[in-house]
Amino acid sequence: MMERRLFVLQRLTALALAPLVLVHLGLVLVAVRGGLTAAEILSRTQGSVGWALFYGLFVVVVAIHAPIGVRNVLREWTGLARGAVDWLALGFGLLLLGVGLRAVWAVVG
Amino acid sequence: MSDAASDAANKGGELTVRVWRGAEVGAFATYLVPARANQTVLDVVTEIQRYHAPDLAYRFACRVGVCGSCAMTVNGVPRWTCRTHVSRVAKAGALTVEPLRNLPRIRDLACDMAPFFDKWKAAGGRFEGGATRADLPAAVDPASPKRRAADAGIECINCAVCHAACDVVAWDAEYLGPAALLRAWTLVNDERHLARRATLDRAMGPGGCASCHTQGSCMAHCPVGLSPTEGIAGLKRMSLAAMFLGDR
Amino acid sequence: MRPHRNHRAYWAFLGHRLSGLALALFLPFHFLALGLALEAAALDRFLAWTDLGMVKLAEWGLVVLLALHLFFGLRLLVLELRPWPGGDARLGWIVPGLAAALVIGGVFLIGAF
Repeated sequence: MMERRLFVLQRLTALALAPLVLVHLGLVLVAVRGGLTAAEILSRTQGSVGWALFYGLFVVVVAIHAPIGVRNVLREWTGLARGAVDWLALGFGLLLLGVGLRAVWAVVG
Repeated sequence: MSDAASDAANKGGELTVRVWRGAEVGAFATYLVPARANQTVLDVVTEIQRYHAPDLAYRFACRVGVCGSCAMTVNGVPRWTCRTHVSRVAKAGALTVEPLRNLPRIRDLACDMAPFFDKWKAAGGRFEGGATRADLPAAVDPASPKRRAADAGIECINCAVCHAACDVVAWDAEYLGPAALLRAWTLVNDERHLARRATLDRAMGPGGCASCHTQGSCMAHCPVGLSPTEGIAGLKRMSLAAMFLGDR
Repeated sequence: MRPHRNHRAYWAFLGHRLSGLALALFLPFHFLALGLALEAAALDRFLAWTDLGMVKLAEWGLVVLLALHLFFGLRLLVLELRPWPGGDARLGWIVPGLAAALVIGGVFLIGAF
């Protein structure tokens, strides 16, 4: 049942990520023009509920999507034991969630 | 023999054929055989056994692409040797012939097919019917979407070429493989199959359709032109739908 | 590339997997860098570093990989969620997906330099 759940979760998060990544890519292409400064980034994001929700959701979804893929890669391309791979993937997901939400807090807080 | 002799004279030349000898541990032996205008890889293997290495073990039966027993790895690609002309695959007059990948090697070019058929069973690939000889044949609409989905995969003859071509089979011992899952896909679309739920559960369970990464090597190499990838995608779709809508 | 792997769908798998792996490795550092905004001066020092040519080039790589992962991923979603019309594995989407990712990379380079 776990394999099936992870499979479904990875596809659902992929569906959510598609529009999020498109917007993010658009923003990167616009923001990078003329160089990046902290003031410019923060003026756009600070206090914005919209960007907080957007990137908050982005971080949560990516923290589910990426570890499932990493788990597949570790299982198939390394000789690590199944249990070790599961813990590594879980740890990686929690790491992404932690530093990701901290980053969102830093730029919108 | 005079035909063969004139063929050899037509083309001149020789083929350099490296053949796997041994089991899991073994080595390549090199044989020189006459290059003929019209020969299959199976002809070459047979010629080696007849004239160079009488103890060479290999498997074949029909020689015409019906039985599915002569599959081997030819120049790195899994193929039916009986339907592969040397002219199509030889590189500078050289051939390398090995047993199929992803299966235990018994001897020389013969591999143990048991794990392949075990997975076929593990995927719920056994048809369970409920009709007796007193019943009329089931009336199945050949144009219905389910029947068409089943038809698309039904011509599989268990040659294991897709199983040998698939990297996920090589990387994940649990993975049931393209042939077994395509079989499961045809059965869940067969309205006469009574164990549909059981087959679907197995195909969606550990080592099932969720392990497939759509590399497409099975559909690229299937000698019949079937697409296990498409069947497995169908199972994935059912798996997703069953999670949210309940099984239809 | 071993012969049995040398076909378009396998190259697409490899592109999707390797781009995903690279993005996964990059993400924690991306998040840590943005976390520097808790102290604006630290972020500015970091951004000055990213203005170096080599770092810009690495960023270009990440933009291309993200776009590639997106387009190859969309192909997989369509393959897995929709019935295949006429047995079509959408192999025809692979090269345009790669091209679109490179176009996005091009736009990034024009803006960045």
